[in-house]
Amino acid sequence: MATEVQQTMAVKAGETELADYRDFARCVHCGLCLNHCPTYRLWGREADSPRGRIRQMFLVDSGEMAMDATFVTHIDRCLDCRACETACPSGVEYGKLVELARGRIEREYRRTGMARLGREIFYRRLLPYPKRMAALGGLMRLAQRSGMQKLAQSTGLLKLMGLETRAELLPEIDRKFFSTETTRTFPARGVRRARVAFFAGCVARMTFSALNDATIRVLQANGCEVVVPEGQWCCGALAVHAGYRDVARELARRNLDVFFAGGDGFDAIVTNAAGCGSTMKEYGLLFGPESEDHERAKGFEDKLRDVTEFLDELGLTAPMQRVPLRATYQDSCHLLHGQKVREAPRRLIQAVKGVELVEMELSDQCCGSAGVYNVTQTETAMALLRKKMECVNATAAQVILTANPGCLLQLRAGAKLAGDGQEVLHVVELLDRAIEQERA
Amino acid sequence: MIAGLERIVGREQVLTKEEELRLYEYDGSVETGRPDCVVFPGNKSEVVEIARWSNRNGVPMVGRGAGTGLSGGALAREGGVQVVFSRMNRILAVDYENQRAVVEPGVVNLELSRAVARAGLQYAPDPSSQKSCTIGGNVSENAGGPHTLRYGVTTNHILGLEVVMPDGEMYRIGGAAVDAPGYDLVGLFVGSEGTLGLVVEITAKLTRLPESVKTLLAVFETTDDATETVVALTARGITPAACEMMDGWTIRVVESWIRAGLPTDAGALLLIEVDGPREAAEEQAAAVVETCRAHKAREVRTAKDEREREALWKARKNAFGAVGRVAPDCYVQDGVIPRTRLPETLRRIGEIGKRHGFEVGNIFHAGDGNLHPMLCFDRREPGTFERAMAAASEIIALCVELGGSITGEHGVGMEKDRLMPLLFSETDLELMKRVRSAFNPSGLLNPGKLFPVSKSCGEIRAPAMGRGPSEPIEGARNERVGSDAETRGGTQR
Ligand SMILES: Cc1cc2nc3c(=O)[nH]c(=O)nc-3n(C[C@H](O)[C@H](O)[C@H](O)COP(=O)(O)OP(=O)(O)OC[C@H]3O[C@@H](n4cnc5c(N)ncnc54)[C@H](O)[C@@H]3O)c2cc1C
Ligand code: SF4
Ligand code: SF4
Repeated sequence: MATEVQQTMAVKAGETELADYRDFARCVHCGLCLNHCPTYRLWGREADSPRGRIRQMFLVDSGEMAMDATFVTHIDRCLDCRACETACPSGVEYGKLVELARGRIEREYRRTGMARLGREIFYRRLLPYPKRMAALGGLMRLAQRSGMQKLAQSTGLLKLMGLETRAELLPEIDRKFFSTETTRTFPARGVRRARVAFFAGCVARMTFSALNDATIRVLQANGCEVVVPEGQWCCGALAVHAGYRDVARELARRNLDVFFAGGDGFDAIVTNAAGCGSTMKEYGLLFGPESEDHERAKGFEDKLRDVTEFLDELGLTAPMQRVPLRATYQDSCHLLHGQKVREAPRRLIQAVKGVELVEMELSDQCCGSAGVYNVTQTETAMALLRKKMECVNATAAQVILTANPGCLLQLRAGAKLAGDGQEVLHVVELLDRAIEQERA
Repeated sequence: MIAGLERIVGREQVLTKEEELRLYEYDGSVETGRPDCVVFPGNKSEVVEIARWSNRNGVPMVGRGAGTGLSGGALAREGGVQVVFSRMNRILAVDYENQRAVVEPGVVNLELSRAVARAGLQYAPDPSSQKSCTIGGNVSENAGGPHTLRYGVTTNHILGLEVVMPDGEMYRIGGAAVDAPGYDLVGLFVGSEGTLGLVVEITAKLTRLPESVKTLLAVFETTDDATETVVALTARGITPAACEMMDGWTIRVVESWIRAGLPTDAGALLLIEVDGPREAAEEQAAAVVETCRAHKAREVRTAKDEREREALWKARKNAFGAVGRVAPDCYVQDGVIPRTRLPETLRRIGEIGKRHGFEVGNIFHAGDGNLHPMLCFDRREPGTFERAMAAASEIIALCVELGGSITGEHGVGMEKDRLMPLLFSETDLELMKRVRSAFNPSGLLNPGKLFPVSKSCGEIRAPAMGRGPSEPIEGARNERVGSDAETRGGTQR
């Protein structure tokens, strides 16, 4: 499999994707998005606001402005959280615009030495290859356990991996990775109500295998037969966000092959990572109407569901124990703004008796995780995290719930650094707890 | 010269590169005007220093809040320095007992309401742009909003101001109490569109949140039925807290995005809100329902809960933006007419649009007779922009003819300066200019706004029945006060 990818990836297909005039023109520069943008809220600058970024992208695309360091800085600083999309009444597809702009930056702009090298190695030489990523994960685990973290940090290894240099932000590498080497099938408990394919993620399967296990248990308990198809790998989200669209396309194609193999229909393809889900629901943007994979990509989009969305649609049937606790929910940007799913996770939380859900202020604002943002823009990410924790602390919640592994990591660091030691859980982990306690 | 500015605020807080300045050449309007530099003061004394610097060097200066203005008010029409208040965004003090707050000008309108909501208070003026626009900008434009009908416009909610004059002197006007003695300078400053001074601190009144709010949606087959209902409500002495109208075209555009459950086959709808003590609100709601029914409302719905209410208001407040989905360019007009003439006006606006080849969308504060006709077009099609502007001018002339005004709340700015003579005679304008000169004698603060400067207005004539002069506006052009008028001329970028 790896060699196949390698071959196709070697051809950096002559990409020319640019946004259309109409995509830009939708922005009527009304400014209604400004105050929803985390970076504008921090600095109050047009250049770091959605409206200003759209204008810059337009000027660059239309040849009126150079693609220089200033432009790249402002585009780099964007979290791609897409809060502006939710706020925008004109329907500006900001996520699409910024991802295309980043694609163009990667194609045409020369970053300086180390930054460029690091990105090239990570996105082209590591991310696409499960074995290499696993090896790297193993190394990191060793480093974490033998206190060699310092060494790993100083060699820049962690930075390349897309992980923070602060110990608090490091994901604990699991002892045993969540396996997708052979297809596994988990039977439905009770009457089978649905048959779903599970998407396990790339980094997540090394650092969040417990979350993946919990997700499968919850699905099973609610009458789902869960299939984990072999050969699946990264969804391509990190690559899309970084502008490596050719890499993303190859990764996406592999998933199209894997999940459509054998043609046996799943009721849904389910993921517990909102960031991945958001990208996978937009595979159609990677394979435009002219592409031979367009149909398949669209079919994949239609089948894809975030686990909270899926369970909410399906309806919870598993018996659950009371879990008395006070919790608050942080909207994962790529669930709320990317996929427009707001109520589903909240309804699931409230389905657990005993849970008191206290809404925090600005739960729709990014926590600063944003994929690898907390590595590439550490200072900004930390500033956002501190603001987030102020809102969290004000709720006096014992548990922070969210819907994406990246957010879990960031919020765990937040709880340690600026919180009251809150526990941080994925919504399905709460459900899992309620179900397991009932069975115990 | 720029070094002087950098010394005041620090290098980081001054922008001078072309690619940075191009992000300050626009606002929410269709106008542009590029500053020569942009500066972000962090406190009052820096604003004082900036004004002194501008005065000393003879550089024009203009304030900017969030840049959501719809008349180009914050744009540097004649270049110079743009003073952006986004960093001065602290709520300095809230006096809950006496219901007032002291804020910096860059505080976002909605953030103030949010901050005091827990105490059962709000900052009442609610422009549709409230989630982004600043209180400084609201003060300058005397912003209104849907609830203006009940609570009044910005000027009714400002107690005192601290202002920096173009020469760098700082004054405190008004006070903490209503109706301060002496001239009502606060009243003069509010709505002065940033041409008298820079506002650096605001004491605003806070209003109790009503005990009970009822939001009604009345659906009509025709716009005539809806507008006649508005007239009837007035005649019956019913004053809702808000009364907004949306025509069929706009309903369909908005619903396609927001999905608030608006009836897409309707000809028009009214969004009416009543509030107050529980019984009073209920009584009023009943009277509203009855009036709507009497005027052929097909259906009258009441929002069941806060969520439904929010969805309806979201549809209303995001309507202009939603129109951006129809065509690349959208020109939102702002005119006022006596509300008794609503039915006739809307019909004639539709005719004007047709004549120029446009479908005109209407969504507006019906209770105040404050219209916002929207023209959608694509400026890449030759001649379209000109046709849109011509249609817009005719619409505004119509408002004046019917006894109304050229702007309800978006201001004159650089968009409607040339229309001022439709409303005011030369002597009327002269008085205003004298007022401006008293505060802004050099004319360096926000030049090129409010008073006619442009040369391209020969074809707009005052309507026969209007209050304006009977000669073409041609005669009024280039009427400028202050020393900058001749030297800089009316350069429009
Ligand atoms: C979608 C949309 C809906 C809108 N709805 C409404 C509405 O319902 N009602 C309404 O009234 N308006 C509305 N507006 C217009 C606009 O939002 C208001 O005029 C608002 O008050 C502008 O605030 P701002 O902070 O964006 O000011 P800006 O646009 O930045 O500036 C407006 C004017 O204020 C001056 N100014 C700003 N700050 C200061 C200061 N500190 N000192 C001195 N002068 C200053 C500027 O020089 C300029 O002349 C809407 C706009 C949009 C885009
Ligand atoms: S992106 Fe949307 S909300 Fe932001 S300025 Fe453009 S049209 Fe307005
Ligand atoms: S995606 Fe997020 S950070 Fe980027 S412009 Fe939009 S709101 Fe701002």
